[in-house]
Amino acid sequence: MPDSPSPSPLVELEDARLRFGVVKALDGATLHVRPGECLGLVGHNGAGKSTVVNILNGALTPDEGVLRRDGQTVHRNDINDARAHGTRCVFQELSLCPNLTVIENTRIVHRDLGGFGWRKRARQIIEDSLNRIFPGHHIDSQATVGSLSIAQRQMVEIAMAFSESSTRPRLVILDEPTSSLDATLAGQMLAQVRRFVQAGGSVILISHILHEILSTADRIIVMKDGRVSVERPAGDFTTQSLFEAMGSVAPEEGVTQQARNLSQAPVVLKVPHPTVPFTARRGELVGLTGLSGHGQSEMLIDLFRQHSGNWLPHRNPTVAFVAGDRRLNGIFHLWSILENFAIAALGDLTRRGFVDDAAVRERGAAWQRRIEIRTQDMNQPILSLSGGNQQKVLFARALGTRAPVVLMDDPMRGVDVGTKQEVYRIIREEAAAGRTFIWYSTEMEEVCLCDRVYVFREGAIVAELAGSEVNENNILAASFEGEAA
Amino acid sequence: MSLRIPVDTIRLAVPVLALSALLIAVFWLQPRAMSYLGLNLLFNLAVPIALATVAQMFILAVNDLDLSMGAFVSFAACVTATFLHSSPLLGALILAAAVAVYAAMGAIIHLRNLPSIVVTLGMSFVWTGIAVLLLPAPGGAAPAWVRSLMTAKPPLVPMAIVASVVIALVTHLILMRTSLGVLIRAVGGNQQSVARAGWSPLLAKAAAYALAGTFAVLAGIALVGLTTSADANIALRYTLLSIAGVILGGGEFVGGRVSPVGAVIGALTLALAGSFLSFLRISPDWQIGAQGAILVIVLALRLFLNKLERQERGG
Amino acid sequence: MSALASLTRKPWIWSFVAAGLVWLVTVLFTGGASALGLTLAALTFSSFAIIVGTGQMLVITLGPGNIDLSVPATMTLAGTLALKFMAVDNSLILPGLLVAIAIGLAVGSVNYGLIKLLRIPPIIATLCMSFIVQSTAIWSNRGLRIKPPPALAEFATSGPFGIANVALVALLITIIAWIFLERSIYGRWITSIGQSMAAARMAGVPVDGARFLTYVICAVLASIAGYLLASFSGGAALNMGAEYLLMSIAVVVIGGTSVAGGFSNVPGIWGASLFMFLVVSMLNTYGLGAGFRMIMTGIIIIAVILLASRRNTSLT
Repeated sequence: MPDSPSPSPLVELEDARLRFGVVKALDGATLHVRPGECLGLVGHNGAGKSTVVNILNGALTPDEGVLRRDGQTVHRNDINDARAHGTRCVFQELSLCPNLTVIENTRIVHRDLGGFGWRKRARQIIEDSLNRIFPGHHIDSQATVGSLSIAQRQMVEIAMAFSESSTRPRLVILDEPTSSLDATLAGQMLAQVRRFVQAGGSVILISHILHEILSTADRIIVMKDGRVSVERPAGDFTTQSLFEAMGSVAPEEGVTQQARNLSQAPVVLKVPHPTVPFTARRGELVGLTGLSGHGQSEMLIDLFRQHSGNWLPHRNPTVAFVAGDRRLNGIFHLWSILENFAIAALGDLTRRGFVDDAAVRERGAAWQRRIEIRTQDMNQPILSLSGGNQQKVLFARALGTRAPVVLMDDPMRGVDVGTKQEVYRIIREEAAAGRTFIWYSTEMEEVCLCDRVYVFREGAIVAELAGSEVNENNILAASFEGEAA
Repeated sequence: MSLRIPVDTIRLAVPVLALSALLIAVFWLQPRAMSYLGLNLLFNLAVPIALATVAQMFILAVNDLDLSMGAFVSFAACVTATFLHSSPLLGALILAAAVAVYAAMGAIIHLRNLPSIVVTLGMSFVWTGIAVLLLPAPGGAAPAWVRSLMTAKPPLVPMAIVASVVIALVTHLILMRTSLGVLIRAVGGNQQSVARAGWSPLLAKAAAYALAGTFAVLAGIALVGLTTSADANIALRYTLLSIAGVILGGGEFVGGRVSPVGAVIGALTLALAGSFLSFLRISPDWQIGAQGAILVIVLALRLFLNKLERQERGG
Repeated sequence: MSALASLTRKPWIWSFVAAGLVWLVTVLFTGGASALGLTLAALTFSSFAIIVGTGQMLVITLGPGNIDLSVPATMTLAGTLALKFMAVDNSLILPGLLVAIAIGLAVGSVNYGLIKLLRIPPIIATLCMSFIVQSTAIWSNRGLRIKPPPALAEFATSGPFGIANVALVALLITIIAWIFLERSIYGRWITSIGQSMAAARMAGVPVDGARFLTYVICAVLASIAGYLLASFSGGAALNMGAEYLLMSIAVVVIGGTSVAGGFSNVPGIWGASLFMFLVVSMLNTYGLGAGFRMIMTGIIIIAVILLASRRNTSLT
């Protein structure tokens, strides 16, 4: 690579390391982007992709290692400095202000737009960019972003990143930019990436839709456990080899799962729906899938709310919940591991309203052994655990209840492979013992572990797949089916 | 596109309708109020309330809440009735320093991630304490220019209404049209995106607090211009009134969704509600309670309209 | 030594240290003459803040934005109506207490009803409620000063070893509150809600039930405090609750309870209440007026949450 004849790199990261508390987000990552190339970045959740993005856009500074922009070593990383070098970013989650109009959001993104008549200039900039990338887009630039659909918001964000004011974009980082776009719009976006690269710009494309990466990127980097594990020209990869490079082994296991036919088992949960009614049977693994953020988490949360007491606790709980977003609806950060574990099952662990310490300790110790929570003392604060072990505590919390149905809201986000395998094993054991799991996952390998799968789009179930129908192609097809541009 | 306009119109229509309904009720109860003099009396105290309401609006725009508004307006009134009257330069300096304290308060709340409710609650002690030191008993006098400004009689339309329109226009310009206003609302809407674009949310928040302080100072000055004297408790009820005005005017507690024009209309409605209650001969014992009840009704109405709005969006 | 070290890590220790210092300074100023009197007065007069503060603490434990601003109005209304009901009759003392408690139950229920039904921040709901309750108190009081039954007045103002019975009632209430917070399922519920309401709900905690109970307990404690205060001070006055709004919040914050919720601190309420009373008496001893007292109170509240926030940020 060093003796390549290509122009010198726009941005370089050398042996970058960064930790958050006990979690190693980056563990010696080295990568670079040259002008006129599209770099594909793949890897599982928690592999360090987002951290790389946040270092390149100036939000985070690595603890160790070197960051160079245009060959110059950056000593104090800074968002404005990165922007002045033409770095632009489209983030996975919405990063526009929903209460402002598209024009006003443009004003926020382009700091140098100020002065009298900025509305007119901002409008020009964003409409030009939208028209160029998504011809015939039907987006009113005077509408508040909150009133746009998810796809339209993503289009605005993409157009924003490629828009030009006084500083031209030179490096555009796209983190899952097509997650809410249908095939036509995704195609328009990828065409823009190619045009931009041919004109000498650089793009970092992050996507877990592998054929997008393969067709658009010039070079592909695979990240794993905070470092770059494989780096090759895109042409040297096939879908299969890229899949293998990412370390995915699940598909074969999935096949063994399909053998179960539970259509005779009793139904434990039911949601009536005009087109595709939802049912879950005893001992079944039911998957929820589709594009992320299309109502899967909401359905799980609704299911939980309907089947648990908000005014009085239920004596015999029917559902338990495992959170994916640990910080938002999972852990209690001020509490010990044991307190975090016990909260869901307190009804069984109290006598006349007072907590029975001995019973809590006993049950905690049993689950610590079973799910292998790595700590010397369950009375340690929950935050002393690594992310994976915190997630195990959340699993133990749900499985430690008597609830026959466990709802899982993409719980493996940012969990290492070893932990995943341990948890899959316990889920299979529990399912064999008659527990039902309703499992929303953004990872295809996990979806393929399920007996039956419901595909979501725009907040509703659009398809049901069972047995051998559960595969990536069918799910993607159902996710986009009938979507108009 | 066809959805956006009705939603926005509903937002502004509520305060407009509430104000019209109340105005009609007052005219029906007291036809003589339908005159230059009558309107002037009805909206007499509206100007300071409107100023305090837009001050509170700047705080709500960045998702905070100012519980010291009443105490601060009282303090500003006391300074106006004492220093600004006797030695204008010193008085102006004190008021400018108070605005600087507001900006600093916003900065500290942001930097240390403190709950604005508790900080402003603590500050309300401080402002009232200083006001008590300045004017232990009701007294002081309004500076002549303030008095003449507040009692001016423009042709055709009473001063209170002219001033309200000016306040609405100026704050609309600041918050809805300038870059600074966009930035302040952006902090309320999505602070992270502001930081990602390279702006300083700290400065934006401090600016919002400084603007709030400025308008609250103006509220205190205007109040003294009307009452000609001040005391340490003169504006304590402005805390509730200002919050109620913003909410009544279509503002939300979080998300940077506020409307300056709506806030001023909300303030006018509340000022009118006071007159309305006295026309209804409600016992003074129940005056405060009636205000609380009106606020509850307004919030219930809002909830109902939000539901309508959601249904419209969904369908 | 390690015992001392672990003691300094308790968040409530600082309010006691501060109270002790202020006590010392005041006693030294008066040449030691007031030592016993000051101590007894502090214990007696802080007991109302302790009772109200305990309720407010439970509410604040529920997390950011949870504050009950209707406390002073509830105190006034409960004191007024209970005294009116008892009509200086010793035989009606207990029914009078029940009247006060019933008022607390009603106010607390409506408070949470408004929060839940109108989906408004608790601070706005309780503020609206306080205006309505205050008006009811004004209407029922009519400016008359009704005396408490003699036996009740005697009970409130006297007690063993010069310690007023109200202080013992406050002690009893705080001990019960402490046990419930630390040991009961309800304590686990509200501390989990304070850390994350969403997480608590998804862990199966009956969030509405626990929050409702908390607002009711807070209002009941306020009405008991109003009942005792009216009896202690020889009658109900319309402004009798006024100072307890900010006082109740101040003692919770200074006592080491986290304003961000999820962590409460019962002993700290005692330290902070004693401290607040002693600060006022110190400023009085030095001849400083109401204005200075308020400024000091405000600065102390802000200083304490600034210090608390530093403690939190240094931990994470």
